[in-house]
Amino acid sequence: MKKLLAFIFAVSLASVAWADATLINGAGATFPYPIYSKWFDEYAKMNPGMTFNYQSIGSGGGIKQITAKTVDFGASDGPMTQDQLNEAPGRIYHIPTVMGAVVVAYNLQGVKTGLKLTGDILADIFLGKITKWNDARIVAENPGVNLPDQSIVVIHRSDGSGTTYIFVDYLSSVSPAWKGKVGKGTSVNWPVGLGGKGNEGVAGLEKQTPGAIGYVELAYAKQNDLTYAHMKNSSGNYIEPKIESVTKAAEGVSIAPDFRVSIVNSSNPEAYPISSFTWLLIYKEMDDHAKGEAIVNFIKWAITDGQKYTEALDYAPLPANVVSMIQEKLKAVKY
Amino acid sequence: MRKDTSDLVFKYFLAVFPCLILLLVAGILYQLVSSSGLSIHKFGFKFLSNRTWDPVAEDFGALPFIFGTCVTSFLALLMAIPIGVGSAIYLAEYAPAKVSKVISIFVDLLAAIPSVIYGLWGIFVLVPLMRTHVQPFLGKYLGFLPFFQGPNYGVGFLSASIILAIIIVPFIISISREVILAIPSVYKESSYALGATRWETIQLIILSHAQAGIFGAIILALGRAIGETMAVTMIIGNNPSITSSLFSPGYTLASVVANEFSEATSKTYLSALIEMGLVLFVVSIVVNALARLLIWSVTTRESVTV
Amino acid sequence: MQTMDFDKAFQRTKAKRYFMDQAIVYVLFLCAFVLLFILFSILTHLVINGVSSINVNFFIHLPKPVGEVGGGMANAITGTLTLLFLAVLFGVPIGLAAGIYLNEYADYRFAQVVRFTIDVMNGIPSIVFGIFAYVICVLPMKTFSVLSGGFALGIMMIPMVTRTTEQFVRMVPNQLREAGLALGAPKWRVIVDIVLPSSIGGIMTGIMVALARVAGETAPLLFTAFGNRFWNHNLMQPIAALPLQIFSYAISPFEDWHRQAWAGAIVLIVVIFSINLLANYFMNRRHRFLNGQ
Repeated sequence: MKKLLAFIFAVSLASVAWADATLINGAGATFPYPIYSKWFDEYAKMNPGMTFNYQSIGSGGGIKQITAKTVDFGASDGPMTQDQLNEAPGRIYHIPTVMGAVVVAYNLQGVKTGLKLTGDILADIFLGKITKWNDARIVAENPGVNLPDQSIVVIHRSDGSGTTYIFVDYLSSVSPAWKGKVGKGTSVNWPVGLGGKGNEGVAGLEKQTPGAIGYVELAYAKQNDLTYAHMKNSSGNYIEPKIESVTKAAEGVSIAPDFRVSIVNSSNPEAYPISSFTWLLIYKEMDDHAKGEAIVNFIKWAITDGQKYTEALDYAPLPANVVSMIQEKLKAVKY
Repeated sequence: MRKDTSDLVFKYFLAVFPCLILLLVAGILYQLVSSSGLSIHKFGFKFLSNRTWDPVAEDFGALPFIFGTCVTSFLALLMAIPIGVGSAIYLAEYAPAKVSKVISIFVDLLAAIPSVIYGLWGIFVLVPLMRTHVQPFLGKYLGFLPFFQGPNYGVGFLSASIILAIIIVPFIISISREVILAIPSVYKESSYALGATRWETIQLIILSHAQAGIFGAIILALGRAIGETMAVTMIIGNNPSITSSLFSPGYTLASVVANEFSEATSKTYLSALIEMGLVLFVVSIVVNALARLLIWSVTTRESVTV
Repeated sequence: MQTMDFDKAFQRTKAKRYFMDQAIVYVLFLCAFVLLFILFSILTHLVINGVSSINVNFFIHLPKPVGEVGGGMANAITGTLTLLFLAVLFGVPIGLAAGIYLNEYADYRFAQVVRFTIDVMNGIPSIVFGIFAYVICVLPMKTFSVLSGGFALGIMMIPMVTRTTEQFVRMVPNQLREAGLALGAPKWRVIVDIVLPSSIGGIMTGIMVALARVAGETAPLLFTAFGNRFWNHNLMQPIAALPLQIFSYAISPFEDWHRQAWAGAIVLIVVIFSINLLANYFMNRRHRFLNGQ
């Protein structure tokens, strides 16, 4: 018995002493999780001993945990508000990494991808004003599509989410009713619907619930063969969410120096209206030299070489001018 | 003399630990209260009766979650009591010794399955079953009742209650069984001697003697149901709503904490969630204290452990 | 005449009473059967959905990036074992010492207060322990960590360990204690050398049962151990755990992850059942000991 205890003790000591690899912890957005996990996997292969552990707990979580300094970097698709920035114990930088689209996915027997929807209709569905799939307004947008007399099951996020932020940011910009009643944030007071945890959770519920409508990042919709809508943009065109139409959304938008910029409901006639940047959140002054250096090096890699992984996962790469702006910005980071 | 000192040292050294336990529970209470101070200060008692949950406007109320917790726990008890008490009586009084032993092992297995696995089973087995068969059936034949109206999602109050019932049944069985077995056999024998059938004996002797203990078991199970987190989170639908329809998605105190705790962005939001934890803590203490007193009243302290 | 009527009536009620007695047997049996059926359903689904994914890869590989097929739960399995080990380090000494004190030294009123507190503590929802560990470990240390997860699980073990220790220490016959004292040993030596060794089987059983209970806990780990896609050997860093991995895979949309969630569930159940078997083993040893074999 005593020998056993001694053995266990020795093993546990050994395992503590074996903590040589740099482990960097990050948490936040689920929206870019597919690309981030790909990046961290590839990056670990190139730099052995350098592991980035990323937990996709939602953008709200990313903001909260970086503010509490319980993680080394955060990630969010909703920019932090001025209040949240003020609450943080240090200056926080928003570093854009990729752009993506939030798609409106649905689960309707016999209806393929490409159902046409407008911002107004979408807002009313999520407000609970439109409750049936064969509602006159949806039918009017989709002549020739056989819409069933089925209840609409609204699915939204139950956690604090940047995907939610992008989605309600869009709804607020197209629907005064939404703006007045619900507003925007990483968590909102949903009038109707089921809550799923993370993009994963919403996609999961979506797949298992006939008649469902929900919003997920494009990569999740593609990977899971979800059907999704074409959205009417500000110029009146129905746009399919894809890399090109997301790239268009950023064209002609002036990028603020702190990168906190919204590209929803873009004025570009070819832009998909529910597009957004997604950001890493890092402190300007890092507490730990080794970790700070590793994070900055990783970001430098991600915004250049790392961008080649975006396409396969349906994210739009960063525009060239944004990349050079970030490189400039990173010089100010102290570690 | 030396003997006395070494004994005293040992005694006081050991005495530290029970005090540590008392401190720990007090510490939990203190941390919960102080960490939810912001929310307590801002919302006061209205927190318990406010039905808004609006992180944008920072207006938080616990009513939908309290409602969800109450409804699911109550329904779970409604389903679990007959099955649990029935099985316990069967095991203690009817089943042949071998059968009773085998079934008891299974009951223990059921109790050992972690709730996340019940949740897994719930998502992939129970929810589809509820959506395609059970809920349409209830809607068709009992749809005149407000409980069985409204859209059928599969996830929701009813599914969550069923999972909860499955989780708490083993507790009801094992404690009720102990309580029933603790009744002195003289009572039962006298009843049989007077010509009573087994069922009459159960009604007149066993149930009346064990009633306080069984009631305690039920309350203990209620405590479990109130605090149960993962399985419920996975299949209740996570939407704070107060409605009469059991098909509708809901939310409970424990599951909102599980879902939103690591993501609450503002201080008020976080402290509102911690206040939910405080509510859970207080409720579970009251419920458990009650249950313990009831169980203590019928059995000796040693014979029942959970 | 009158007796005839009475006999008839008696026979009738008797028939009715015995019919009722028989009917009730079936109703009660049905209750037990429903239960067995549910258990059966859970176990068969576990096997059907999970067994095909259990292979060597599952035990030696890390999880793959999102959406890619393959990978395993090696880090989650070792993570759970690490967390349980820490839980034992935190929970058992406190529970053990408190249990001994309650039986050997405590005065009645103090003991009652502690017993009551322990019983009540046993019923505190696990998520509350998660909040507590987050507030007192994660926030001050500024990191999610193995340590905070082990702490949360450890304090959850305390009530069970204390209760069983106290019970089994009490069962040690007083003659044994008196024999020791009569030889001139101080009380603490009697406790350490006589009382503990004679009750160790029962105490181990209690520890194992408590361990089995916390092994499957997910809620207290959500915001303490936090999860990790890679290996972690540092106690101050987040770590993966089987229940967490099962949870996040179960709610995900990926088929391959669903399969792995079922496989993970099988592994978790096997771990828990083995701990329970160990508990039984210690219990049986105790019986043999007490029977003087």
